[in-house]
Amino acid sequence: MKLPWHAVSAALIGALLAASPAVAQQQKLKIGFITTMSGPQGVIGKHMKDSVELALDQLGHKVGGLPTEVIYGDDQTKPDVGVQLANEMLQKDHVDIMAGVIWSNVMMAVAPVVNGAGKIMVGANAGASPLAGAQCNRLYFSTSWNNDESPEAMGKYLQDKGVQDLYVMARNYQAGKDMVAGLKRYYKGRIVDEVYTKLGQQDYQAEITQLRAKNPKAVFVFYPGGMGIQFVRQYVQAGLRDQIPLYSVFTVDETTLPALKETAVGQYEARFWSPDLKIPASEKYVAAFRKKYGYTPSNYGAQSYDAILLIDSAVRAVKGNVKNTDGMVAAMEKADYPSIRGPFKFNVNHHPIQDFYLLKAVKGGPDGVEMQIQQKAFAQHKDAYYQDCKMK
Amino acid sequence: MTTILVFEQLLNGVQLGVMLFLMAAGLTLVLGIMNLVNLAHGALYMVGAYLATAAMQWTGSYPLGVALGLAGALVVGMAVEVTTIRPLYSRDHLDQVLATFGLILFFNELVAIVWGRASLYTSLPGWLQGHVKLLPGSSYPVYRLAIIAVGLAVAATLWYVVARTRLGMLIRAGASNRTMVAALGVNIRLLYTVVFGFGAALAGLAGLMAGPIYSVQPGMGELILIQVFVVIVIGGIGSIRGALVGALIVGIVDTMGRAFLKPVLGTLISPTAAEAAGPALASMLIYLLMAVVLAVKPAGLFSNR
Repeated sequence: MKLPWHAVSAALIGALLAASPAVAQQQKLKIGFITTMSGPQGVIGKHMKDSVELALDQLGHKVGGLPTEVIYGDDQTKPDVGVQLANEMLQKDHVDIMAGVIWSNVMMAVAPVVNGAGKIMVGANAGASPLAGAQCNRLYFSTSWNNDESPEAMGKYLQDKGVQDLYVMARNYQAGKDMVAGLKRYYKGRIVDEVYTKLGQQDYQAEITQLRAKNPKAVFVFYPGGMGIQFVRQYVQAGLRDQIPLYSVFTVDETTLPALKETAVGQYEARFWSPDLKIPASEKYVAAFRKKYGYTPSNYGAQSYDAILLIDSAVRAVKGNVKNTDGMVAAMEKADYPSIRGPFKFNVNHHPIQDFYLLKAVKGGPDGVEMQIQQKAFAQHKDAYYQDCKMK
Repeated sequence: MTTILVFEQLLNGVQLGVMLFLMAAGLTLVLGIMNLVNLAHGALYMVGAYLATAAMQWTGSYPLGVALGLAGALVVGMAVEVTTIRPLYSRDHLDQVLATFGLILFFNELVAIVWGRASLYTSLPGWLQGHVKLLPGSSYPVYRLAIIAVGLAVAATLWYVVARTRLGMLIRAGASNRTMVAALGVNIRLLYTVVFGFGAALAGLAGLMAGPIYSVQPGMGELILIQVFVVIVIGGIGSIRGALVGALIVGIVDTMGRAFLKPVLGTLISPTAAEAAGPALASMLIYLLMAVVLAVKPAGLFSNR
């Protein structure tokens, strides 16, 4: 059969012409979300993406009332890949706003690109100090924290508790040193030794033997991801769990608990959020997340969920006119949305002023072992860098 | 007190050394006999850890998990040899590096698809969890002692197989002169598959022993592989004895460096300088050692060539 091609194409063109005014009226919102999906750290990206999808579900796939498309990018933990993704999202996909990013070094590269293009960047994890201080930008917001706030909270707790003879261990790189600096900003007791271990180290038996010989009263460590799993397992196998309490930041969380299970019991962590936080918005998020995905969300997920809700509040405030960047920024500064951390205010550097808690891994919960809030370490805490921010 | 500390660190070094040896033994045979650069050896280590962990959870039995993990690594190793490695023997090293690097990516993604990207939960049976008092005032984890025992037993068995059996004779002959062995009518293809498979099983053994102390996650093999190559370079390519000595040297030097370099430096230079230089120097100690060995004996300590 021979199709009347001219008739078909004429009809198609007609249909397209008829449809286009409607398209112009009903604007679409595009969000670019950069995270890490591949490699060993991909588990954090999974927590984040699942949380973004959950937020979209709950908003009926309409962020701020606009049909929404989220474009995900995998930075492979590399700053150059992050910049490439950001450029592609801005120029090819014409995203209206960007969010995500796990790593501080990726964020240091990506944020200037996004802000330079006049678009808002909502950081959902990375907490690079320069972006909270001297290099702050009115188009940059964070729904997480600055890197050293969690160790500051741990330092405050240890100081208040009067702990002496603390043994400090961290990975030997900039973030490791920043974490220890944050701890020492509030902890003024005696430090037995500071040990920095090399990148990618798997076996800590030599360090643990040295640690035991020094006989400290408490141990503070910073070992994110797989390193944390290795360190905690080996610490427990060395029989030290019941002898010397282990305090940490970014080491035991819902991304590593499934691998650690009962090995984690007794671990202390400091964080701004935990799945057991008794705040309606947080409880709603945790319950919906567990129901949809069958596992417990982490703070990485909570921050990403929060980023989408923050964007939602801003788009609503400008009535869907996302080109009104000033209006969006003004709306975001109000932080007028049901945040998983409870009501809060942004500081002048667009970083949250928020509470921090001391958590302990205990038996119980749907996974057998869960993090439980013990007490508040900080109320309404501000990061140490906002005074260097000359935004206002 | 200090003697006990040094003794314990020595034990730690030996334990790290035997782990490295299990990896290095297979890799050095493959490199020496088949003249094949196998970057995917770390992937086989990972496969061993994953299969053993999965088998343990499935059967609920530790020995059965270990047995299935070992058998699995052997089968996967032989399958990899037959399907991917065979066409590579005649190619140059760059092609081998590219292909086996591809295998790393393949296996990392495969385990991520099957088991997810999150690290797996592993546990030990009760009888491996405790500690023993070796010297007064020093307690050592039983599991670490078990690793040392298994590693030394494997070393002894390997020595026996290589030095006293017909298979070992063929392996040694293959390492010295491959063409001659083939010309004498030995089925070199089968020998290659067997050697590669047993190398994979040894890597799998290292992986499944590493599971409960390290983290079972995609990409876990690459973290240990670099040290294993250092061991082979120091020990000499193709030599089991070299692999054992090299692994023990690397394990002990690395451990001692991490433990004592900072305090020792602190007595020589200012403590603040030692604070910065200690960890930096400790992390490059084995590479410095390798450089020295390469300068003095370019073929390694126990080279067959």
